[in-house]
Amino acid sequence: MQKIFSHPKSLRNISTHYCPGCGHGIVHRLIAEVVDELGIREKVIAVCPVGCAVIAYDYWDFDCSEAAHGRALAVATAIKRVRPENIVFTYQGDGDLAAIGTNETIHAANRGENLTTIFINNAVYGMTGGQMAPTTLLKQKTATTPKGRDAKYHGYPLKISEMLAILPAVKYIERVSLHSPQEVIKTKKAIKQAFQNQIDNLGFSLVEVLSPCPTYWGLTPKDSLDWIKEVMVKEFPLGRLK
Amino acid sequence: MAEKILLTGNEAIGEGAIQAGCQFYAGYPITPQNEITAYMAKRMLELNRVFIQAESELAAINMVFGASAAGVRALTSSSSPGISLKQEGISYIAGCQLPAVIVNVMRGGPGLGNIAPAQSDYFQATRSGGHGDYYSIVLAPSSVQEAFEFMKLAFDLADKYRNPVIILADGMLGQMMEPLEVTSYKLQVISKKQKLITHNSSLITKEWTLTGCKGRKPNIIRSLYLAEGVLEKLNLRLQKKYKAIQQKEQRHESLNLSDAKVILVAYGTMARIAKSAVKRLRDKGKKIGLIRPITLWPFPNNIFRRLAMSNKRLTFLVIEMSYGQMLEDVRLSLNGRAKVEFFGRAGGGIPTEEEIIKKLEVISDKL
Repeated sequence: MQKIFSHPKSLRNISTHYCPGCGHGIVHRLIAEVVDELGIREKVIAVCPVGCAVIAYDYWDFDCSEAAHGRALAVATAIKRVRPENIVFTYQGDGDLAAIGTNETIHAANRGENLTTIFINNAVYGMTGGQMAPTTLLKQKTATTPKGRDAKYHGYPLKISEMLAILPAVKYIERVSLHSPQEVIKTKKAIKQAFQNQIDNLGFSLVEVLSPCPTYWGLTPKDSLDWIKEVMVKEFPLGRLK
Repeated sequence: MAEKILLTGNEAIGEGAIQAGCQFYAGYPITPQNEITAYMAKRMLELNRVFIQAESELAAINMVFGASAAGVRALTSSSSPGISLKQEGISYIAGCQLPAVIVNVMRGGPGLGNIAPAQSDYFQATRSGGHGDYYSIVLAPSSVQEAFEFMKLAFDLADKYRNPVIILADGMLGQMMEPLEVTSYKLQVISKKQKLITHNSSLITKEWTLTGCKGRKPNIIRSLYLAEGVLEKLNLRLQKKYKAIQQKEQRHESLNLSDAKVILVAYGTMARIAKSAVKRLRDKGKKIGLIRPITLWPFPNNIFRRLAMSNKRLTFLVIEMSYGQMLEDVRLSLNGRAKVEFFGRAGGGIPTEEEIIKKLEVISDKL
């Protein structure tokens, strides 16, 4: 009988530290599947973020580096420039990519670095205890917005993907979601595209993934998926931005 | 016969790095080190190596982190305020045990200060600078010749110990022009073939670098160790390394120590001026000597200890373009066994030969 499904070679077969219902595990696996399918495991170098996914290198079975908070795209820029033959990607959360690392994000994209960035948007800082993120929705309660995000004091959810899409050197940006199996399949497709673009030397590609954080949203895993579908996608519309 | 060319200290730093096989440079404009960035922009391009004008000092040091993790000799340069911004990155480089070279062409501080030469970042360079228990190796060139030669030494030490190395220069050394005698290296465009050999050999020897996991287990560059006791083990390994560096890598230059009663202590540009004062006083028969620390960390405390044990009733006069930072290391090395005096100026003020001699007259009647 032909084997048609198995554990990805690029993902270690161990349990993760993520909370129940967290999206990180799904995206880790999707990346591992894409890396296997593209046959690039021995060429891939991942740059992991500071945040909940800080120890992603314990889960992926390929070369990885840590980076200081926000600096993943600076680190990745150098790795790729030094080793253009390798496939280099960053995996970053909303605080890492769109708050402390906004500068590195914009300039790596604007230089058109031939990199792939997987951007996990869960509208909250998870690792540090559920504080407001740049992508936190208006009225969303967090540890640092106990009465909900108020535009008057906290500004609006930052649409970094839309901002990056206007840059001429950026080749591909797509926003996807994990709120249903169909959306997960679309997410994998987008991730694969973002890696393929790098293989084809096309330039900067970014996939923004709307991802559940039941723990700091104060919702069950299922309600978290519904919240993405009903609330979050209204603020962060899905689809290809560039 | 060795070829002689005229270069500024900043250009000599750039060329020294290039001759030492530096494959990656990232920098951000700041005075008085802009000539390094401009020089690298031109030369790295010529040699088909990587030059990036980074969006910030933070990005530049983290690019150096990435390039080093990828296995090549990587350099960044800046001046005092920019070096402050790099401290987080230097701490990560130390924590991940990556080799890297960082040049600080010091200017006046604190804050934005001014663009005049200063030696006010000694504490920052020699006492970690960033967070955590770590040390960077610190080299202090005092001539354009040394600015050139110390770059190879810096990269060699960085690779040997997998540790950040700081070149601590100042605005005067960076800007001044001197003839540079090229003895160790040939000042020519390295052929593409040679470049590739350098490139490959540096990769072969570094089995820990990120190259893609073909034919081996994945490599991970990290400084995070959450499990109980694991970080402490890393810290102990680092301390062992620092101790080895302290034992093996102390460097200094000395002048007229055998019969000296007063010994000047100065580094970098300041040592040039101190040396002139020593020569002038020696011509008048005064028994004066000089110690010029070349490694600021590890501080060359062995020479001071040796002199302190000699029971000669020595007086040390520390001269700095700061208000007394290296002074603390001299005092720690002597541990109360000799008299230590200090003279310093900063903020654009540079101690002159006359001021040094005047200070000597005040503190010592032995001369």
